[in-house]
Amino acid sequence: MSITRDEVAHLARLSRLALSEDEIDHFAGQLDVIVAAVARVQEVTADEIPPTTHAVPRVNVFREDRLLPCLPAGLALSQAPAAEQSRFRVPRILGED
Amino acid sequence: MSSELTRLTAAELGAILADRTISAVEVTRAHLDRIAATDSRVHAFLHVAGESALAAAAAVDASRAAGDPLGPLAGVPLALKDVFVTADMPTTCGSRILEGWQPPYDATVTARLRRAGVVLLGKANMDEFAMGSSTENSAFGPSRNPWDLSRVPGGSSGGSAAAVTAYQAPLAMGTDTGGSIRQPAAVCGIVGVKPTYGGSSRYGLVAFASSLDTPGPLARTVLDAALLHEAISGHDPCDSTSVDAPVPPVVAAARQADVAGLRVGVVTELGGEGYQPGVLARFGQAVELLESLGAKVVEVSCPHFRYALPAYYLIAPSEASSNLARFDGMRYGLRAGDDGTRSADEVMSLTREAGFGAEVKRRIMLGTYALSSGYYDAYYGKAQQVRTLIIRDFDAAFEQADVLVSPTTPTTAFPIGERADDPMAMYLADLCTIPSDLAGNAALSVPCGLAPEDGLPVGLQIMAPVLADDRLYRVGAAVEAALQQHWGGPLLAQSSGIAALDEAAGRQQGGRCGTA
Repeated sequence: MSITRDEVAHLARLSRLALSEDEIDHFAGQLDVIVAAVARVQEVTADEIPPTTHAVPRVNVFREDRLLPCLPAGLALSQAPAAEQSRFRVPRILGED
Repeated sequence: MSSELTRLTAAELGAILADRTISAVEVTRAHLDRIAATDSRVHAFLHVAGESALAAAAAVDASRAAGDPLGPLAGVPLALKDVFVTADMPTTCGSRILEGWQPPYDATVTARLRRAGVVLLGKANMDEFAMGSSTENSAFGPSRNPWDLSRVPGGSSGGSAAAVTAYQAPLAMGTDTGGSIRQPAAVCGIVGVKPTYGGSSRYGLVAFASSLDTPGPLARTVLDAALLHEAISGHDPCDSTSVDAPVPPVVAAARQADVAGLRVGVVTELGGEGYQPGVLARFGQAVELLESLGAKVVEVSCPHFRYALPAYYLIAPSEASSNLARFDGMRYGLRAGDDGTRSADEVMSLTREAGFGAEVKRRIMLGTYALSSGYYDAYYGKAQQVRTLIIRDFDAAFEQADVLVSPTTPTTAFPIGERADDPMAMYLADLCTIPSDLAGNAALSVPCGLAPEDGLPVGLQIMAPVLADDRLYRVGAAVEAALQQHWGGPLLAQSSGIAALDEAAGRQQGGRCGTA
């Protein structure tokens, strides 16, 4: 199993990273080495081992449903890259056509 | 007097603050002066909050004068890793994507420190999003190891470790995901503790790998670490993974400092080939010391620890790829390429390309790969099974021993630049620390000497079962007391690098007075 240049370009698209051509080359080599190293986990073959998602046992946490003050709009928007009419202004979501 | 104040431990400062020998403002000013005199060389801080620190110190002094009951750390200064959000200071997490971001709230740890009267000196440098073992991945330049400024202070909590080592602060807070508290503590010759997962709150941490991230203390003594551990710990309803159980009696354990009759397990798999000879030599001596102090040393085997590093580099990047999806340039942080014609999707990709450094990009793509359909079972699924096997190894080992020990790191501090573009070499720095992160148990690093070949600090790692954090402090404090008696003082007193830093700081301060 090796990571190709095309695969890195695909991963970059999925990850929303506009990588340069040079970066794609550079990361392809590095990711190939890393994936080869981490693939050692596949030496553990037994299928009956349950997966651990969380080290410490977890139970669902409930609390009373009550109203609490939330962040005021002005404060929430104070760090926005762009704001308009008390809302976050974002670039267009849909395509041109 | 001012420079002597920075030499005191947090416990000592707490005592002279309590009896009003000194004011919190004086203590704070001494540490701010030390930062001003040394941080151009060490670069431990990303942000120094002099004014708010002095205001907080003045408030503690006023409280004390009014007779309010105050905790043991009231008026003691601290360096806060820049991963904790702070309502009155910027929080960058070492990343361009958050440069200048001013969080609208305090992390639980931040709030608890303030409530304890701890004076926040500023925000400490770190590897970007806590991904790294050297601080070289900080977008704002690396911190330097006070023992040797050409070497790394470890990471990701490297700024926190460097600040405590350079006497800029007696205490610092870090976070540990794969060793990010213990590894920098070890290579800087100080104490660092990863509490049991869930023992300290993640609320208000910039998330890296949520099933692993654990805030914890860095300090120059085991007792100081215990005082800080106690101040920040305890159940937090804002963190659904916070453990609702009493905080282990860590301060009492640090004062007890006794290992007689305790069973200490040496982990066979954490040592041998690939470890620096001087690290193994100091570790061996520490084990002999424990035996001489009355501990019963046994050898234990944890056969699956050899898979811990590969499992970690699947699980942590997978969680990171999901956690870091929030940095999309829409609601806060950097936005790049928004020229009115580009779509949100294009702007996100340009923002993340401009805002993230190389290691963060690598890990996001690695995590995306491991979670892809078709690869999920072979990578992420297998890594989760390994995690189960590592927990079982620990369970078996803790039947034979009360605590486990190993070197904290395979090598001493490496030169800046040596591993910067060699990810696998960098990842090996976390070889011994990762198992406790995957299993969620508690672990501590305490200095155990200098490697003869390079004169740099070596750390002894002590591991304890989930919620038995107090055992770390009992053993750590016993080792510390015995070794300091043997050395004739703290390990940091042996550092020519810190002495050179003191001299340069003295010249700078002398120069300032001369021109006044």
